[in-house]
Amino acid sequence: MTALLHVEKLSKRFRGLKAVSDVSFSVPQGSIVALIGPNGAGKTTTFNLIAGVFPPNEGTVHLAGKPITGLKPNRVCAAGIGRTFQIVKPFGQLSVEENVIVGALARERSVAAAREHARAVLDRLGLADQAARPARSLTLPDRKRLEVARALATRPTLLLLDEVLAGLRPTEVDRMVEVLRDLNRREGLTILMIEHVMRAVMALSDRVVVLDHGEKIAEGTPSEVVADPRVVESYLGSEDI
Amino acid sequence: MTRRGIVLLALLGLLLLVAPLVADRYVVSVLTTVLWFAYVGQAWNVMMGFSGLLSLGHALYVGLGAYASAALFVHFGIGPWLGLWVAMLVAMAAGCFIGFLGFRFGVRGVHFALLTIAFAEVARIGFDHMQWLGGSGGFFIPVAGDVGNDLLNLRGSPTLFYYVILALVLGALALSRVLLHSRLGYQWLAIREEPEAAEAVGVDLFRARIAAVAVSSALTALGGVFQAFYFNNLFPEQVFSMGRSIEIILPAIVGGIGTLIGPILGAFILTPLGEGLTFLIEVSGFDLPGLKQLFYGVALVVIVVFRPEGVWPWLARKLRLVRAPGESA
Repeated sequence: MTALLHVEKLSKRFRGLKAVSDVSFSVPQGSIVALIGPNGAGKTTTFNLIAGVFPPNEGTVHLAGKPITGLKPNRVCAAGIGRTFQIVKPFGQLSVEENVIVGALARERSVAAAREHARAVLDRLGLADQAARPARSLTLPDRKRLEVARALATRPTLLLLDEVLAGLRPTEVDRMVEVLRDLNRREGLTILMIEHVMRAVMALSDRVVVLDHGEKIAEGTPSEVVADPRVVESYLGSEDI
Repeated sequence: MTRRGIVLLALLGLLLLVAPLVADRYVVSVLTTVLWFAYVGQAWNVMMGFSGLLSLGHALYVGLGAYASAALFVHFGIGPWLGLWVAMLVAMAAGCFIGFLGFRFGVRGVHFALLTIAFAEVARIGFDHMQWLGGSGGFFIPVAGDVGNDLLNLRGSPTLFYYVILALVLGALALSRVLLHSRLGYQWLAIREEPEAAEAVGVDLFRARIAAVAVSSALTALGGVFQAFYFNNLFPEQVFSMGRSIEIILPAIVGGIGTLIGPILGAFILTPLGEGLTFLIEVSGFDLPGLKQLFYGVALVVIVVFRPEGVWPWLARKLRLVRAPGESA
């Protein structure tokens, strides 16, 4: 498989503190790759470097062979990357549908076309019946789904999911896993996800990249990674997978 | 909006349309003031209400619009209908410059508000020393004799000005509605709510914010043009004052920031009460300077404490003038 996203020797320092150090990995087209590691490992910083929240000190990011290093988030979105946030950021006073319309307007010029696309996305994510509700009134699981819906509405080629399963009950996790698997298999959407819910990581990912203290310590298939002693020592411990 | 809401607003619109036919000159002049604040409140609302950009120096755009159109009229004989375009461009340029400084260099929130105050104050001091525009002694538009209603040069009776400002209010309302339901409007609302998330879904924060400042400053300048030709005199101390900037933002805060009707309702609540208070003080024979400002301050505190979202959202729900979320049309 060709790489849709290629991250090469990415580094980021914050006032001398190395948050990400020399990280390289690829996300093949049509795959699901998980980025895991303990808190403070540099996962979200890596996401932010890819999404353009801040530029890297060193290293490059390529999407479909084109450099996107240091582009602003809106340009990264235009290039084809949609993202969610670890701490959900709905447009609180807007309705659920309006939230997704804003996402759809990344590709659509007219509001009518954006609304039509937004409705299709909401239907896909099971949020159609909540379309008119203010986003601030949603429960956490629904807010998480709204984050995914808004990112999906931008018609991304690569979706960055930052802990969309955190804080969900097991049944809600299963529901979201099903949605993500469906998006990947039926629509060929490539996904890079930060996740702590190892059950979901094992069920969904084609490959797993493990970060610790800002450095990549392992990469491979889920079964390879969970058997890696460095990963067990730094992250998984004796946790049952 | 519900059918009841539309009917009620239509009735109020009709009342405003016939008001000069039944009301005396004083009432018409108060209504003109109310409508002026409703208009500039709507203009300010585009920045703060729609886009979340707090400007506390909107008097700058009123002043620039007023002085630009008055100077063109007095010094070059260019009428207000042509002059207003220049006035809007001048204010827009000033707004975009302030916006550029703020957005390019990451001046946000309260600091951006301070930047807007600083520019209004600089303008006040600057215009105080511009003798070509009358300086601190004031700039006057000659009042023609009894020329009847000359709409072309905006000279005429209070009724003429009343209908002009009513048209401006309705025009601003229509424009606000169109903007709010446009691509740009959705982007403004997204920026107001969560700038980082808005940028992540492709919104160019800089361009959208500059657009908000441009629209708001240009609309406000139009209010300045009206003020210049209505009052026929301009004093930097009044036009650019901080107090004027506060008066501009109060209707929207009282009525409901970010709503279409809020700034209009707020002006209809605040201005008559303020004027009524002034009238009562005058007839009682007391000399209490600054009482109106004190009243505005108390009104602001009451609103912030009891109705932080403003009067309109509460009133609209109480009287069922708008549909509840999820309620079908």
